[in-house]
Amino acid sequence: MDYLAQQLINGLTLGSIYGLIAIGYTMVYGIIGMINFAHGDVFMVGAFVSLICILIFGITGSTDIVIGIGMLMIVAVIAMAISGVYGWTIERLAYRPLRGSFRLAPLITAIGVSIFLQNFVQETQGARVKPLQALFAGGFTLHEGTEFTVRITYMQILIVVLTIILMTGFSLLISRTSLGRAQRACEQDLKMTQLLGIDVDRTISMTFVIGAMLAAVAGLMYLLYYGVIDFFIGFSAGVKAFTAAVLGGIGSLPGAMIGGVLIGLIEVLFAAYFSSEYKDVAAFSMLIIVLIFMPQGLLGRPEIEKV
Amino acid sequence: MSNAHYDPSHDKGDVINGIVKRSLIAVAIAAIIFAPTILLKTQVSQISNTLFILYRWEGFAIACGLILIWRVLYEIRAWRKAHTDHKSSSRTQAGENRFGHFVGPVLLVAAIVLPFMPFTDRYILDIGILIITYVMLGWGLQIVVGLAGLLDLGYVAFYAVGAYSYALLAEHFGFGFWICLPLAGIFAATWGVVLGFPVLRLRGDYLAIVTLAFGEIIRVVLLNWRDFTGGSNGLSNIPRPSFFGIPFSQGPDGFAATFGLEYSSLQRMGFLYFLILALALLTFYISSRLRKLPMGRAWEALREDEIACRSLGLNTINTKLSAFAIGAMFGGFAGSFFAAKQAFISPESFNFMESATILAIVVLGGMSSQIGVVFSSIAMVGGIEVLRQLQFLKAIFGPDFDPSQLRLLLFGLAMIIVMLWRPRGFVSSRAPTVFFKEKKSVGSSMISQGRG
Repeated sequence: MDYLAQQLINGLTLGSIYGLIAIGYTMVYGIIGMINFAHGDVFMVGAFVSLICILIFGITGSTDIVIGIGMLMIVAVIAMAISGVYGWTIERLAYRPLRGSFRLAPLITAIGVSIFLQNFVQETQGARVKPLQALFAGGFTLHEGTEFTVRITYMQILIVVLTIILMTGFSLLISRTSLGRAQRACEQDLKMTQLLGIDVDRTISMTFVIGAMLAAVAGLMYLLYYGVIDFFIGFSAGVKAFTAAVLGGIGSLPGAMIGGVLIGLIEVLFAAYFSSEYKDVAAFSMLIIVLIFMPQGLLGRPEIEKV
Repeated sequence: MSNAHYDPSHDKGDVINGIVKRSLIAVAIAAIIFAPTILLKTQVSQISNTLFILYRWEGFAIACGLILIWRVLYEIRAWRKAHTDHKSSSRTQAGENRFGHFVGPVLLVAAIVLPFMPFTDRYILDIGILIITYVMLGWGLQIVVGLAGLLDLGYVAFYAVGAYSYALLAEHFGFGFWICLPLAGIFAATWGVVLGFPVLRLRGDYLAIVTLAFGEIIRVVLLNWRDFTGGSNGLSNIPRPSFFGIPFSQGPDGFAATFGLEYSSLQRMGFLYFLILALALLTFYISSRLRKLPMGRAWEALREDEIACRSLGLNTINTKLSAFAIGAMFGGFAGSFFAAKQAFISPESFNFMESATILAIVVLGGMSSQIGVVFSSIAMVGGIEVLRQLQFLKAIFGPDFDPSQLRLLLFGLAMIIVMLWRPRGFVSSRAPTVFFKEKKSVGSSMISQGRG
């Protein structure tokens, strides 16, 4: 029982990270109906930017926790800004010129961008994994069991709280601001929105920027949680986050978050009770199973194909 | 990227101001993008195993400078374009047929005589085999991506299925290469059907990501199912193919002795070369015949408009499934050849980057141009060899820098550029095979660009 509780805490933390990435997939898919394959790699870039900032600021395990968290917030803002520029540039250079081209074209450029980013970072940052020493190693002991002690670390609390804050802010952005209104309009009918005088190109650009920003925070969290990153982390995290988006119902924002948490839980529980070597297989099989049995996901609308 | 800001009525000062402003913005964005990659390198210290940051101002300045030059040139070109008359240039489509009829046979003859050339050594044969393997894989994937329009990102999984089928069948049952070859194709095709059946009902984008996931699943299983696949150690001592029962050995029953030749290890290489050439030609023959069958027509129609196909009573699932299975089958053939040639396979040969490479070959070759695949394979394998020669770059970028790693980086870039510039590829266009001879108001070129 204690063991299960511990795994649930771990799964929730991991799921928060996946959920934040999944939002980028689901938003872009909702508006322009394409899978942004490069999104996982933007997440990876976010993790690298965070790592560089942490090193420049000199945050270490011995930094005072309050100052440390304050500095991490600054790191998060910088990572969001830089990743946002990445997201904008990718959309501008690789996707926008192809709007209205044949169906496979943007998918192929997306793959191209993904391959390019991975290898660009590998070339410039080196192929070796980057270990970061643990920051704020402490935590609370929730339950002292006879065999197993349930603990929640400061880092896990930070990740979950930060995710909740970001999600709240993001929901407000979508429901209250004019940008959010434009995005919802674009999601319903791109052409009609354009006719009504909304700058659709700008709205789509902003969607990519916001998605990239959330992915950057997820990158920071991944770095803090695992303590190692390399140029390839975007690949499997990207596929899992996409699975989360599909599971929650693609196009649905709360669905992305729920899907993220579910995928996080599935991965952690599978690793804990069955086999940690096959945990990726479990997450990837989940994608196939969901697509077969409920392609519209938990909260999604069934897709209607239009001529 | 419109030319709208070049209104001829503006005076020169405004134009120059605009160019300077946009160029500076481009450089600023480039600086932000290059800062966490080129400028600031995280380096693991050898002594304490902690990270520190290495500043590389020179590379950063060069990269930003290049972006500035590119942007200024781009602006000047756009400005010139705005000042010259717009001729509605209807690009003449280089017909694949005429081009292919001329170049194809030349290439084929060159491929056949290559092993007999006096300058041919082991290295050249090796590269030749590699190129033809990629050509074959490219033709196989082309059926799926270029003809049927299904984006398959896990093609290497079928290649792996083929390779492991041969290795395992030979190890456990002692089957020879010639029995395993068709079996490997059948297994790969079966996997294609098993995987394709559930997902082909969905939109094309889902298929892309499911095949990606499937490719990873296969790789992880191969890596971790140690009793069966040997895990990361892979499988070694895979038997080499024989010349219809005659082994390439030095003994009295060997190939050299039987045919009264002097023994040379090049004979086996030559045989493998012709084997893969024959397999590739088989792939070529079958796929070019299939294009002309109703099935191939259905694939192309499906690629252009799925809803129209369904309205006309085409069974879209079967059509897609057949493309998927046939593509997978050729991947399986190539895989079992790969296992036979290497005599050693491990999961590392079947990672996502391999799928990406094959996809890049198809895309760069022009999606459905068969001769294009040949050229892009030659360019790719040749490109790797050229990059390998660029070791002097290590002196500039440090010892971590591996020029041959640049290959995928350039591929990614090339894929983007090809899609933006000539989405139907360089060598020839991907016009539908069947179309009306008389041009209507909407030309076939426009329909094929999705603008009809």
